[in-house]
Amino acid sequence: MASIPDIFDSMAYGPAPESAGPAHAWLDGHGRRFGHFIGGQWSEPGSETFETLNPATGKPIARLTQASAAEVDRAVAAARAAQPAWWALGGHGRARHLYAIARQIQKHGRMFAVLESLDNGKPIRESRDIDVPLVARHFLHHAGWAQLMDRELPGRVPVGVIGQIIPWNFPLLMLAWKIAPAIAMGNTVVLKPAEFTSLTALRFAELCEEIGLPAGVVNIVTGDGRAGEALVAHPDVDKIAFTGSTDVGRLIRTATAGSGKKLSLELGGKSPFLVFPDADLDSVVEGVVDAIWFNQGQVCCAGSRILVQEGTADRLVAKLKARMETLRVGEPLDKAVDMGAIIAPVQLEKIAELVRRGEEEGAARWQPSWSCPRDGWFYPPTLFTEVAPAATIAQVEIFGPVVVLMSFRTPAEAVELANNTRYGLAASLWTENINLALDVAPQLQAGTVWINCTNVFDAASGFGGYRESGFGREGGRTVGRSDGRTIDPYRRSTICRLPPSPTVRPSDRPTVCLPSTAPRSSTSAASRPARIRATVSRCSTPPAD
Amino acid sequence: MADTSRQRTQTPAAAGSLEVPVAPRNPGMSLELDWIEEIRVNRSAVERRTATLRGRRTVKKEWQAAWLLRAVTLMDLTTLSGDDTAGRVRRLCAKARRPVRADLLEAMGASQLPIRVGAVCVYHRFVATAVEALEGSGIPVAAVSTGFPAGLSPVEQRLAEIRASVAAGAEEIDVVITRSHVLIEDWRALYDEVRAMREACGDAHIKTILATGELGTLRNVARASVVCMMAGADFIKTSTGKESVNATLPVGLVMARAIRDFRERTGHMVGLKPAGGIRAAKDALDWLVLVKEELGDRWLRPDLFRFGASTLLTDIERQLEHFVTGRYSAAYRHPAG
Repeated sequence: MASIPDIFDSMAYGPAPESAGPAHAWLDGHGRRFGHFIGGQWSEPGSETFETLNPATGKPIARLTQASAAEVDRAVAAARAAQPAWWALGGHGRARHLYAIARQIQKHGRMFAVLESLDNGKPIRESRDIDVPLVARHFLHHAGWAQLMDRELPGRVPVGVIGQIIPWNFPLLMLAWKIAPAIAMGNTVVLKPAEFTSLTALRFAELCEEIGLPAGVVNIVTGDGRAGEALVAHPDVDKIAFTGSTDVGRLIRTATAGSGKKLSLELGGKSPFLVFPDADLDSVVEGVVDAIWFNQGQVCCAGSRILVQEGTADRLVAKLKARMETLRVGEPLDKAVDMGAIIAPVQLEKIAELVRRGEEEGAARWQPSWSCPRDGWFYPPTLFTEVAPAATIAQVEIFGPVVVLMSFRTPAEAVELANNTRYGLAASLWTENINLALDVAPQLQAGTVWINCTNVFDAASGFGGYRESGFGREGGRTVGRSDGRTIDPYRRSTICRLPPSPTVRPSDRPTVCLPSTAPRSSTSAASRPARIRATVSRCSTPPAD
Repeated sequence: MADTSRQRTQTPAAAGSLEVPVAPRNPGMSLELDWIEEIRVNRSAVERRTATLRGRRTVKKEWQAAWLLRAVTLMDLTTLSGDDTAGRVRRLCAKARRPVRADLLEAMGASQLPIRVGAVCVYHRFVATAVEALEGSGIPVAAVSTGFPAGLSPVEQRLAEIRASVAAGAEEIDVVITRSHVLIEDWRALYDEVRAMREACGDAHIKTILATGELGTLRNVARASVVCMMAGADFIKTSTGKESVNATLPVGLVMARAIRDFRERTGHMVGLKPAGGIRAAKDALDWLVLVKEELGDRWLRPDLFRFGASTLLTDIERQLEHFVTGRYSAAYRHPAG
């Protein structure tokens, strides 16, 4: 250990570990083996099991059970059985349970954060300061919608049983995004977490038990894509809500087409990050840190394409490189670490492969001078310059800490390049000129546009995509549309007649728009004013979290 | 902070030595209005950066103790009250020589470290008293010498006060800028004022107090910072400690970035001094983190960073004793200053 005079001289950072003790005690309490949570009961760990690993060490944490089609069927049946009583409980009755969940999440926040970082590899700062508080926020927010459902969402009834399939990048947060609105509206759910990261979902199931949530309202089944497939194919599921890759989203769309199942897809992205010459460049640099080195870049709405005005590019690149030198990558449970580990070797290899491809195609790769830890699956922050829109790395989603930087000449060209993508999940634009911001933002074809900030989320703000980033919105008033349905039979049949194509329907586009954009929607008149209100608040006041 | 730029003009007494380094003085430059005009500061982004920085970096155990000892050496131990007397100033100077109890230093294995404060800061009236009380200690005396804290007495009078303080033995002069120059964006007037004060300082180092709590916007803070540096300020300082809002982290971040920008464009290193409202050891650590992240390790030395503080030292002593004994420590266990 370094002596105090040495540190006094070097002024280095030392280790600042968060204790993993309580999380390990919980895992040990379960013998590090888990079954499914179905109908309020824990099933015995089954015959087919798999290990969940700690990405920072590569070592196993616990053994989980692969759900069979029969188990999925049992979970759907439990959800179906619980749904009428859960709906009959009324909005206020349901809200009581959501509030209780939120309070318990807050109470056990540190434990959830540690467990999440152990299982996913994200730094404890993010799980503690961003993921877990937002999880509680989603339950609180949607408890409000449950209470207000009669008054604010007249004529809405639950969809029924919702099958939910979530990714590994924000395991508990995605669970909250899915479960909170669904159960608030009187649905019951069967949720399948990603096979890499099921632990916080299992701890959450236990929490549902602790607060006395009626059996069958929330069911958790674990396993890989086969379990998801069984859930998607199940005839008694009324809606599938999926967040994950565009490829899997396509399969689900095909599988559910013509089945009468409602569907929402939140898929990939290659979000633009626009920098105009009058931006505060030092703040832009921190914006890039939040955009692409948040959660190791494993974020569907990561700002992975920097578009900067040509005359400003050199200064921005110099500042970015200087900042990248001071990023710290390492043990996710260290409180002074900026980036943790990549989820799995398969993802690490995918990132490395795309980086190789970028170099082969002639782009200039830049990484900081320091090196990453050798144990575990780490990848350094990476900046590509001399990238053209025609380059592979400028088009495909890397889902890692790799950002490409390109330039534009005029605002019109910035918009053109920003929209020159098959995705449309999010965009971020930086300028001190409000007129420019209000001109450019509505032209960006993305579900969320951030002005002078990035990766800012709130439960009151609908989130979702355009084009191959999916459709459907989660958060805020969109709850009535996404997790409720009208009793009007025409609307249901509209949903049933969706073409099995992965392209976006025109009616999905305007769910998020900016104040100066005229609504292009043909949705019911009742929901239109509210949508615009929500949009205004999102664009003008980035909440500081 | 860019290591490349740090290496470019590293001073001889580098960060790796226990000797106190001395950065060459900032000679200043001509007033460049284009530079001032193009400065942009996005307030919500700055606030977000400072709000999240506390969660991104922390130091624990031995590291925390060492950082707190460093903070002691970066402190301008200050008394600026209407009821100051020579006796009070002498008492403060005695504390400045021995800011941390010897038994605590010994327990930390830090007895050999040169732990004394960065300077003692007093009104002009007590400069001679402080110089005498600090004789042989190597601790400089700083004086607030320009109609502190409003800085609105006649120009000639303020310059005369500076010259008198320097003559009395002050090695550092903390001057207050005229806020109205900033508020009406008369950068020429601000530049000329600071230039004249720097000349009056002679060999004494000049710290320009921006009184950021009265400048209204962060963009004003950034622009005033750059004008003062162009005029040759050795340090830019946040506040007098007498405004209703004093040293806040967003203001510090903006000033640190202005210093970094000035360094990158001119090669000159200018110091930063937050003052006012920094009372807890944790606050001091937050500032050190901010400076380390934005300006780099070179700035964590007394020639480029100071805290203006009067009660901070007591909390640091208590935290150090907690580190040594594992028990919380009452203020009365530490000798008064």
